[in-house]
Amino acid sequence: MVNLAVNLAGVELKNPIIPASGTFGYGREYAELYDLNILGSFSWKGTTGEARLGNPQPRIAEMTGGMLNAVGLQNPGIDAVITNEVPNIAKIFQGPVIANVGGFSLEEYAENCRKLNDVEQVKILEVNISCPNVHAGGKNFGCDPKAAAEVTKAVKAATSKPVFMKLTPNVTDIAEIAKACEDAGADGVCLINTLLGMRIDLKSRKPVIANRTGGVSGPAVFPVALRMVWDVYEAVKIPIIGCGGVSSAEDAIEMMLAGAAAVEVGAANLKDPYACKTIVENLPGVCEKLGVTDISELTGGAHHG
Amino acid sequence: MKKSLFTLEHARQLTEDTYELVLSGDTSAITAPGQFVNIELPGKFLRRPISICNWTEDALMLLVKVVGEGTKELVRCVPGTELDVLSGLGNGFDMSLAGEHPILAGGGIGIAPLYGLARRMLERGQNPTIALGFRTGKDAFYLEEFAALGCRLLIATEDGSMGVKGFVTDCIKAVPECDYVLSCGPLPMLKAVHSLPQLKGGQFSFEARMGCGFGACMGCTVPIKDGYKRVCKDGPILYKEEIVW
Ligand SMILES: Cc1cc2nc3c(=O)[nH]c(=O)nc-3n(C[C@H](O)[C@H](O)[C@H](O)COP(=O)(O)OP(=O)(O)OC[C@H]3O[C@@H](n4cnc5c(N)ncnc54)[C@H](O)[C@@H]3O)c2cc1C
Ligand SMILES: Cc1cc2nc3c(=O)[nH]c(=O)nc-3n(C[C@H](O)[C@H](O)[C@H](O)COP(=O)(O)O)c2cc1C
Ligand code: FES
Repeated sequence: MVNLAVNLAGVELKNPIIPASGTFGYGREYAELYDLNILGSFSWKGTTGEARLGNPQPRIAEMTGGMLNAVGLQNPGIDAVITNEVPNIAKIFQGPVIANVGGFSLEEYAENCRKLNDVEQVKILEVNISCPNVHAGGKNFGCDPKAAAEVTKAVKAATSKPVFMKLTPNVTDIAEIAKACEDAGADGVCLINTLLGMRIDLKSRKPVIANRTGGVSGPAVFPVALRMVWDVYEAVKIPIIGCGGVSSAEDAIEMMLAGAAAVEVGAANLKDPYACKTIVENLPGVCEKLGVTDISELTGGAHHG
Repeated sequence: MKKSLFTLEHARQLTEDTYELVLSGDTSAITAPGQFVNIELPGKFLRRPISICNWTEDALMLLVKVVGEGTKELVRCVPGTELDVLSGLGNGFDMSLAGEHPILAGGGIGIAPLYGLARRMLERGQNPTIALGFRTGKDAFYLEEFAALGCRLLIATEDGSMGVKGFVTDCIKAVPECDYVLSCGPLPMLKAVHSLPQLKGGQFSFEARMGCGFGACMGCTVPIKDGYKRVCKDGPILYKEEIVW
């Protein structure tokens, strides 16, 4: 028997597999396909203070080994999520939920997190400071260590739940940003969000995505994400949720060896709606083959010795 | 929705770039004409959405126009090839709203879902008129199959090489008694059909670039009169009164 349980800043997950924000909605579509209780947790769609309609069409482009998206944080807004989605989540998933929150000002981040204080199922707040798609009329919080620290402080002051800062890879030194979040009181970090990219249509000579640029994700970004998790593990002591290009149990284990305490799976769910279920089911077998009896021992395993 | 393997039984070339594919597999998730399937292709990260042209208990028929690498690969599959398919996606047409004498208006590859729709309407005792538009006679396909249904069939080509010279809207105008449309085709065609004053109501099948095809990613959403809809899950059929262009 392999022990798959992991711990994220005091929150026990029965296994390390978590569908990533924006690829799992609020769970509804997947709950029609399988019992979500097989999952360690799930991270819901990035939720902002007001409802957002998102970017114009087209929002999606393809590439070898992955995809680009410029959804633009379309979501019904935090109040509607608490009223309409939270009660449904209670019916379809009894484990700990990760609430991904977005924001365009320190006050909005703090207010969104405050509103989730009384939502019992939400055990971790995942604060997205890395939306590359959204024109907020200002700088991207996640690109500047000071701004990242300010968001962390604002959110920590508004909640007693563990706060994980979700980091953008579109920076020179992601470890520096992670350290700034840790120093500002973050309970953990989650990385990576999508990499900024674009495609151009040969016939029209115009960008495929109406927003011009989009976020790259999928198997092609796996080595990039892995390297960044490695760097951040060297720089901080708080737990890391590793994310980016994971599509198999083997990928998840590799991500843990680089330093992840748990693993998020994004684009793979869109290609195969059963991706997370399959990964969870395959984990014990892969662990056994590797002689692993307690999966949490893998975290950072590639750094020692 | 169901995820399952389908086996290609045969592929038949209909025009220079359009093919009919027949696949065998479990079609139990398909509940209405106008729904689509999302097909995984080797070497492609995203699946390809294709309308259901017709289906039986264990067979699925698709009409595919080659426009890029994915569709090229799809029509090149040899019989016996297994394909990973998400089936029964989207809302499909609601036949119960269409009355006794609706008109089905399709353009180009958009005629595909109208075939299965017409068959099921006939089974329900509705009597649809079918209007099909193509660029030229050489591009026309599936005419014998549509003719065999025994419905009134109107054809328009832009160059007049077959049927009336003009657009599918000209066919609709020629049958003013039809005041409800079910339509699928390129966006300019949908828009032109939508603007016809003779229509009291109608259902229009939309396309969008899709991330998932089953409602999870918000990649395909379009604005409607009071909010938005996901083309893949709340559509691809949108209703006349809710559409904004
Ligand atoms: C609901 C729905 C039903 C459809 N039904 C049919 C059908 O019955 N027969 C048919 O031949 N085609 C149909 N299409 C269009 C078909 O999906 C595209 O032609 C196909 O995805 C193109 O893939 P490609 O690799 O050949 O082209 P590429 O241009 O190389 O594709 C690149 C990317 O863009 C996407 N894409 C390109 N064109 C379209 C498009 N028009 N709509 C959505 N995504 C697109 C592809 O899926 C892929 O992700 C339908 C589309 C939708 C949304
Ligand atoms: C369609 C789509 C929407 C996304 N929306 C969000 C979001 O709302 N908030 C967020 O923090 N990350 C969002 N992401 C990023 C993913 O959560 C994840 O960090 C990224 O895609 C890398 O993982 P992957 O390669 O496994 O997809 C989105 C990704 C995709 C593909
Ligand atoms: S394509 Fe993902 S929601 Fe429609």
